[in-house]
Amino acid sequence: MASIWEYANPVKFSKTASAVLPWVTVLAAVTLATGLVWGFFFTPDDFRQGSTVKIIYIHVPAAMMAINIWAMMLVTSLIWLIRRHHVSVLAAKGAASVGVVMTLIALITGAVWGQPMWGTWWVWDPRLTSFLILFLFYLGYLALWEAIDDPDTAADLTSVLCIVGSVFAILSRYAVNFWNQGLHQGASVMRAGAVTGTDTEEKVSNVFFYPLLLCMIGFVLLFVALVFLRTRTEIHKRRTSALLARERLS
Amino acid sequence: MPELGKYAAEVLTAYGASIVLMTVLVLASIRAARKARKELEAAEARRDDR
Repeated sequence: MASIWEYANPVKFSKTASAVLPWVTVLAAVTLATGLVWGFFFTPDDFRQGSTVKIIYIHVPAAMMAINIWAMMLVTSLIWLIRRHHVSVLAAKGAASVGVVMTLIALITGAVWGQPMWGTWWVWDPRLTSFLILFLFYLGYLALWEAIDDPDTAADLTSVLCIVGSVFAILSRYAVNFWNQGLHQGASVMRAGAVTGTDTEEKVSNVFFYPLLLCMIGFVLLFVALVFLRTRTEIHKRRTSALLARERLS
Repeated sequence: MPELGKYAAEVLTAYGASIVLMTVLVLASIRAARKARKELEAAEARRDDR
């Protein structure tokens, strides 16, 4: 069986990405379109939230991705720091732009939902605040890549920044569990106890859950497609820089 | 179009903003990928010519 470390070879990674990309892209488009159309057109209004419940099909997957993309960046940054595989840190760089957009979507849709439901666009609640800080970390991470000329130094410093920012990614996910304050509700979608029946807390109804699950899978597939594409782009840029440097020397 | 009632503006704004952001992200990624590939091919062609 092939080792995962084979994909640290940029040529092998690019070839695999090129082969997989069309399939993942089509799958992402179909899943996302089906989930969003199902959720938007064919689900009822909630008895308390009215039609604003339809925002869940974008807000929840985007927020989930914002946190998990940072977790993926943490793993790939650690691989860079420990094993010095360029592809891993380029994958982190490629993922960051997707993470920024997902965080921004979660913040915007949350604010748009919050205005009619909470009576305010924004509140300095633990989850919202840690999410905003996570967004700023994403921007800082990308700015740091652009600010440093030497790519290996940039990779080192952005990897360290990624480790520091992970605190806020974790806080964004778990703040509602251990800070018993703020407006944001606790987990109501993916809760093991609610699925197994060991807790009786309110959870999302299946009428909303199935299209939401499809949207979540669609967002994951979209991210996989984009990260393959953007990592391959970064590999091409590196290769071009190396060839140009050789041209200048000869 | 489903009946969105009094929250139509909020729901449509959330969907509209999200779709625009995701479209910009996808198009920017494709554009950057094409540009990087072209530049690499040009650099490789110059190397092969020498």
